[in-house]
Amino acid sequence: MKKTREQVKVFTRRAFVIGGLQGALLGVLGGRLAWLQVAQGGRYKTLSDKNRINMKLLAPTRGQIVDRFGVPLAVNAQNFRVLVVPEQADNIEQSLRALKKMIEIPEEDIARVLKQASKTAKFVPIEIRDDLNWEDVARIEVNLPDLPGLSTDVGEQRSYPFGEATAHLIGYVGAVSESEIGDDPVLSLPGFKIGKTGIEKRFDTEMRGKAGRAEVEVNVIGREVRELQKHESRKGRRVTLTVDGELQRFTQNRLSQEKSASAVIMDAHSGAVYALASAPSFDPNAFTSGLSAALWEELLANPAHPMTNKAVSGQYPPASTFKMVSLLAGLQSGKITKNTTAFCKGYYEYGSDRFHCWKSGGHGWVDGRKALQVSCDTYFYELATEVGIDKIAEVARMMGLGQRLDFELAEERPGLVPDKAWKLGQLGKKWQPGETIVASIGQGYMQATPLQLAVMMARFVNGGYAVKPWITAEDLAKNALSSENWPKLPIKPEHIKMIKTGMDRVVNSEKGTAYGSRSVDPAYAFSGKTGTGQVQRITMQQRHSGIKNEDLAWKSRHHALFVGYAPLKNPRYVCSVVVEHGIGGSRAAAPLARDLLIETQKRDPGATPIHIQGAEGLGKATGKVPT
Amino acid sequence: MSRSITLHSDQNIFERFKHLNWGLVVLILAVSCIGFTALYSAAEGSFSPWASKQMMRFGVAAIGMIIIALVDLKWWFRLTWPLYFLGLSLLIIVEVMGHIGMGAQRWINLGFMQLQPSELMKIVVVMALARYFHTASYEDMRRLPFLVIPMFVILAPVALVLLQPDLGTALMIGMVGAAVLFIAGASIWLYIGGAVMVAASVPVAWHFMHSYQKQRVMTFLNPESDPLGAGYHITQSKIALGSGGINGKGFLEGTQSRLNFLPEKQTDFIFTLWAEEQGLFGGALLLALFGLIFFYGLWIALHCRQNFPRYLALGLSVNFSLYVFINIAMVMGLIPVVGAPLPLISYGGTSMLAALIGFGLMMSCSLSRDSKISR
Repeated sequence: MKKTREQVKVFTRRAFVIGGLQGALLGVLGGRLAWLQVAQGGRYKTLSDKNRINMKLLAPTRGQIVDRFGVPLAVNAQNFRVLVVPEQADNIEQSLRALKKMIEIPEEDIARVLKQASKTAKFVPIEIRDDLNWEDVARIEVNLPDLPGLSTDVGEQRSYPFGEATAHLIGYVGAVSESEIGDDPVLSLPGFKIGKTGIEKRFDTEMRGKAGRAEVEVNVIGREVRELQKHESRKGRRVTLTVDGELQRFTQNRLSQEKSASAVIMDAHSGAVYALASAPSFDPNAFTSGLSAALWEELLANPAHPMTNKAVSGQYPPASTFKMVSLLAGLQSGKITKNTTAFCKGYYEYGSDRFHCWKSGGHGWVDGRKALQVSCDTYFYELATEVGIDKIAEVARMMGLGQRLDFELAEERPGLVPDKAWKLGQLGKKWQPGETIVASIGQGYMQATPLQLAVMMARFVNGGYAVKPWITAEDLAKNALSSENWPKLPIKPEHIKMIKTGMDRVVNSEKGTAYGSRSVDPAYAFSGKTGTGQVQRITMQQRHSGIKNEDLAWKSRHHALFVGYAPLKNPRYVCSVVVEHGIGGSRAAAPLARDLLIETQKRDPGATPIHIQGAEGLGKATGKVPT
Repeated sequence: MSRSITLHSDQNIFERFKHLNWGLVVLILAVSCIGFTALYSAAEGSFSPWASKQMMRFGVAAIGMIIIALVDLKWWFRLTWPLYFLGLSLLIIVEVMGHIGMGAQRWINLGFMQLQPSELMKIVVVMALARYFHTASYEDMRRLPFLVIPMFVILAPVALVLLQPDLGTALMIGMVGAAVLFIAGASIWLYIGGAVMVAASVPVAWHFMHSYQKQRVMTFLNPESDPLGAGYHITQSKIALGSGGINGKGFLEGTQSRLNFLPEKQTDFIFTLWAEEQGLFGGALLLALFGLIFFYGLWIALHCRQNFPRYLALGLSVNFSLYVFINIAMVMGLIPVVGAPLPLISYGGTSMLAALIGFGLMMSCSLSRDSKISR
């Protein structure tokens, strides 16, 4: 009996222990719940939002590139695509086969889509083909009921209406490479393209625009459930070039008649570039829609370097186009006057060395003007010996050679104007007098780009202003106009007048080296200077055997150059032409320059104000700088 | 003998129905309704596929519960051993079927539901122990040889469930058995010795554990170490609970569950869904209702005058509360992930059936609290 009561007491005690434990554990759970939901609530709220909210970037529209008249040079074409969403297709392969009957799809694309469909989440659309034309899209749209899972959409793809003509100038866009992925999250968007060369590269960040973003609620496998918020993307900056698209196209076509050539046409006063071309070229549209490996190999293997913009990065001996600089150096040094003459017997002897004039019989007595007209080398040999390399180099730099000119294209190269200090510093050797002689006719170490040669020409004919080239019209407003005009160079007008007379005779006098390429119509007359740049040294044997330059291999032939300006009175347009291995300036470069300068004068692009959208106040920016 | 006179020994069915513990029935109904609501939300505001089926099961199981309650306790007392051996047989059948079939099998397909014998076994073990200790004296409980049979009663099903292998359920059967031994007055020293033995056997158990079980323990010890792997479930569950805050995200607005970040939201993680949407208020309300049910079980046990109903009622209460604690502690990241449903709330037939059978027996105890059980 007692035992029973004891047993009940034990039970009661233990029942309360159990009840107490239950209560305590409930308390622990309640405390934990409060800890999670109250104390840690904020933190977990953030984590929960992070879970469910995805930021979706909306690709911005790339800014257009237009020429000075507003003609589009780079636009965003609509790119129609056909996509398949695997989870909506009963049988992907069946849908693809049905599609193949309507549009052309390579067999490997079908294999690619099937492979991708087996790997990625079922709701992610897979691109089957892009670049569809309207008929294809219409045909697919009509038949959509029979094509489960398929849909069409439209994206944007960069397109260049002028094709090859603007390829070097504008460049092209391409997929972002690993090294290019930086801070801008838009770069990681699939299929996003950025500028790789030319203007596309130079103004890439501005033209890119600002990505929009949409906040979407996603579930655990990443499917979008609904859109919470949307900030539209902002279109990129529109870039207006000083270029005249049609003139650019004309220039490109004309250059393409040569195996390898480049040219620059610019405004002598403002420095605005009207055309800048390099041939051979390539089709930039082929790059935006995915270049085939074969075509890429072909472009790289071409000895004429179609991928190089030779107008800004080709460096050539300026040859006889440099003679104006030498002449000016002579005049400025006071060693010669306008009327100083020299006797050319076909060569010039310095010490035991003999330096040949291009005309083996010699030119007889020549003055400065005639030396330019007939391109007598001997006159400059003698002049250079008197003046010295440092003075020549100083004038050359003043005229824009041997340095980068802050041009907008990153491909711009500096060329080279050698002097004594340069040789000692770079080659560790003392300057030789013979090298001065060679430099006076733009040979030897001397190197210049077509762009620099055009600038040199501009500085001679604009009255001696240190004009620099530029190509984006917005910069006209920023720089050229706000600074009123370019710095005045210390050149006497009479010297300019004399040099211009010499150049005038080169083209428009019967004995001039470019007389054969003069403008028959006096309304479009122009002047200039030929140049023939040695690629290989002419050996004594060659000189004696009379072997002709055209008999040599293409790579060994001389470069042909021409720098010119027009009109004769109040020059506005300057032009430089380099025909690689074109044998002679008068036979290859001068006719080309003639065609360009006549066409330029006919079109007269500088006469019309630049059309800048949304900047009417800058409309007057024609770039005319008082002379 | 001055044993108290039986007052309700001759109760008829109607009297028993009248005296049913309607308070407990209301509590069970309230908790179950929270379950239906949560399941309705888990299906994104739809009765199908879970809520409607769960309600039907509840209806059927509730009728079963009342029938069980109305049956006089002496019948349950007499049926205990047959039921125990039936349960063991079912466990063996499942085991054999598992061997014939493919891989681990824990349930028998009854057509309308899939029965997990191990769930029912927990109740039967409590019954068997209560039955065994019914006649035990104070001294019996202190004699170790007397406790050999109860040990077998517990360890036989534990071993069979371990073979399935279902570590979680096996542990729970063991814990419930140990709790009944404790209730019945087994020496405290038995527990201290047992604890020492368990501690000593941990390395051995670790050796025999499946790699996924080891992984779960490791992940429990440091869930953030593997946020995309095994720790993912717990991390997401904690995020869901925490982000619910005090007021909750609102009915049908639980983003973690609606967007499927929460795993098994209709079964093991249903408490998380409820507390995410209803916040601390909803979570605490559910905990309070569970607390009242525990209290009811304790109250019934304390008012019984016989050992069998005393041990049975309290043992069943412990069994029920163990489920609750293990499930909720798991979703809160307090213990490792074990596949344990939340009784009355989680979607699942066996769990609902087992819970209501337990309450039916508890009420039968209550109705027969004053009667004397004779063999």
